Amino acid sequence: MKVLVAVKRVIDAYVKVRVKSDGSGVETQNVKMSMNPFCEIAVEEAVRLKEAGVATEIVAVSCGPQQSQETIRTALAMGADRGILVQSDEALEPLAIAKILKAVVDKEQPELVLLGKQAVDNDFGQTGQMLSALLGWSQATYASKIQKADGELTVTREIDGGLETIKVKLPAIVTADLRLNEPRYASLPNIMKAKKKPIDTMSPADLGVDAAPRLSVVKVTEPPARQAGVKVGSVAELVDKLKNEAKVI
Amino acid sequence: MTDYRAPIDEMRFVLSEVAGLGRVAALEPYAEATPELVEAVLEQAGRLAAEEIAPLNHPGDRTGSVFENGVVRTPEGFQRAYRHYVEGGWNALPFEPDWGGQGLPWALAIAVSEMWNSANMAFALCPLLTMGAVELLQAHGSAGQKSLYLSRLVSGEWTGTMNLTEPQAGSDVGALKTRAVPAGDGTYRITGQKIFITYGEHDLAENIVHMVLARTPDAPAGTKGISLFIVPKFLPDAEGRPGRRNDLRCASIEHKIGIKASPTCVMAYGDDGGATGFLVGQENRGMEYMFTMMNNARLAVGVQGVAIAERAYQQARDYARQRVQGRALGSRDPAPVAIIGHPDVRRTLLLMKSQTEAARALAYYTVASLDLAKAHPDPGEREHHRTDVVELLTPVVKSWCTDLGVEIASMGVQVHGGMGFIEETGAGQHYRDARINPIYEGTNGIQALDLVGRKIARLEGAPARAFAEEVRGFLRNGSDAGDDLPAIREAVGEGLAAFEAATDWLLESWARNPVEAATGASAYLRALGTLAGGWLLGRGAEAAARRLAEGDGGVGFLKAKIATARFYADAVLPQVGANAATAMRAADSTLALDEAWL
Repeated sequence: MKVLVAVKRVIDAYVKVRVKSDGSGVETQNVKMSMNPFCEIAVEEAVRLKEAGVATEIVAVSCGPQQSQETIRTALAMGADRGILVQSDEALEPLAIAKILKAVVDKEQPELVLLGKQAVDNDFGQTGQMLSALLGWSQATYASKIQKADGELTVTREIDGGLETIKVKLPAIVTADLRLNEPRYASLPNIMKAKKKPIDTMSPADLGVDAAPRLSVVKVTEPPARQAGVKVGSVAELVDKLKNEAKVI
Repeated sequence: MTDYRAPIDEMRFVLSEVAGLGRVAALEPYAEATPELVEAVLEQAGRLAAEEIAPLNHPGDRTGSVFENGVVRTPEGFQRAYRHYVEGGWNALPFEPDWGGQGLPWALAIAVSEMWNSANMAFALCPLLTMGAVELLQAHGSAGQKSLYLSRLVSGEWTGTMNLTEPQAGSDVGALKTRAVPAGDGTYRITGQKIFITYGEHDLAENIVHMVLARTPDAPAGTKGISLFIVPKFLPDAEGRPGRRNDLRCASIEHKIGIKASPTCVMAYGDDGGATGFLVGQENRGMEYMFTMMNNARLAVGVQGVAIAERAYQQARDYARQRVQGRALGSRDPAPVAIIGHPDVRRTLLLMKSQTEAARALAYYTVASLDLAKAHPDPGEREHHRTDVVELLTPVVKSWCTDLGVEIASMGVQVHGGMGFIEETGAGQHYRDARINPIYEGTNGIQALDLVGRKIARLEGAPARAFAEEVRGFLRNGSDAGDDLPAIREAVGEGLAAFEAATDWLLESWARNPVEAATGASAYLRALGTLAGGWLLGRGAEAAARRLAEGDGGVGFLKAKIATARFYADAVLPQVGANAATAMRAADSTLALDEAWL
């Protein structure tokens, strides 16, 4: 089974994100970038499938600027076999990425596409679902467990209030949730091997995709700063404030 | 407690712009070390250090390693972290590919080693000692010994130790008494007691390979009668698996002021008639062999000084940003401000930052020459890097960087104020952990003696002159925009003049009376370290200015490099003159005082 994994380059999860002074977005210049944590989980799952003899080849795909190559290299160091960079300096929206991925799927013909459930930069959480619709493939989102048997996947999904187990026919789209696995650290020998693994570069236009944005960002602002607290003198005063000021009881 | 983040931008900058990793990667054996690979290695090692190893530092200090019923248990989490480290293949980074090593440059290895040590120095000591055993066996082991031990030590599957010290034989290793008697079958029976054996016993690996110095029956006295033996905890069987338990045991572990998670063992050899030991190389050449390993180990300890300084700095900086106390000086605003805004806290943080970066620059620069001395095609270049850089600067890296480690960790405590004195913050741990570095692997006093005796006087000052020539090259570069680089060059130039005067004094006084010269050795070493650090920060500032002019995007980082170098030039480089003066002036008064008056 050939597996395609989508990986996105985002601001590192440990970086304190700053909003640009003109409110047009967040500061990304000279900010440490890393692979989206949910994409890491997707890569790890693909590698585990390969180690279990279920997957035969893993292709890591990223859509973004030239530096997204580094993100692909990380996936290669974790165990992916080769990479595809669809290079674009535009801010790509989920629909554009889904269209690009569809074109890559048409070329590569994988049986399974693994994605993170969302990227921690914009938190859209849409790409997997859109790709499934464009391809007309089954989808299993928010996966916390994946098993393959006879042309089917049994996927446990994290849903509100519990877990749901579904079966989907292959080919399929699966998006990874937090508890699917714990991604490995890339080992030194694999980092060195990753250097020699091939990465193909192409543009959305090469794939016949119009990646122009459909959304426009109106304004980006910092969340409101936390207000200083007040000390209350008595329980009665607290209840009064909760009732009449905060209006929560 | 603050999380550790590997300073990857800084490491990459120092490697490429100051240490000249490009020169190393241009050599055939190191062609793998491309900028992309260096980037990926630093990133991934930084993750492992930050996420798995650093969180164990403070808890490990609290519990320490525990000795019970003859076994040592390392703190919770150490086994898992060590497994990650070994499975990740990190131990093999700089070693020869023949034994499963990756053959990457030492310059890269030292940056990665800095991360392990910043994350958790007590943990990182275990691989540090294994590294020593690997180097000894690579250089002096027989083919059989290599095939039996090397691949397992290179991978980290087994760990190594260095057994030199005995109660009566510390800095004077020649006084050791451990005996090695030929058993008649080519092996030796080892009996005796060794102390201060780092990771002499532990639960991280299935076997421990002790490298033991001992005396054969008719050996001459002193260092000329010392032989080196491999004494494994478990004797490898025919397939090389750990077999019969050898006659050696850990008798106790020390209660120390720092690196409490690192078990420092008293090792007893031969309680039941003699531990089986295998001679390395020839009898009576053990000390000579040890020295091949010791120089690199000294550089590695110097980097521990850098590592602890970095960790202390990160913690102090983060605390100073969030601790709100007192109003801004000269401001009418009654609102309290974060203490990072107070001038003296700022000064302290800058002293920490600039000296940490200076120490790192010197350590990486020196280690890059280790690679060049090994692999450069031109024998003249090899000799230059060996004598004028590595040998001259090794005692400086060891002493100066580790003294700074203690001083910077102490400043880190100070920035925390009263909370710095409370163990809970963890600032005190860095201070306690840092304190061993100036002591082990040859005390800093011994290093200073090595510098003035072997590296300066014996060679009639030639390496010092070569170093001065390099510095002069920096002074001659010119046409700088702005005030910073000219000011830095001026301060470096003043320091250089003072250093050269002290060198002349040293050569003259050593010839007349080595005792007199030796009293000034530590101050002379400090002058050289401080000057070299300022020179290399200056070279970094030069590179940063060039990159800014080329439109490099890393504006904040590059401007900080220049500003930091300028601060060091203004605030720290004047100490070169003071230390040079101390070296030259204080001999008489040091010796005038009768011992009885002390």
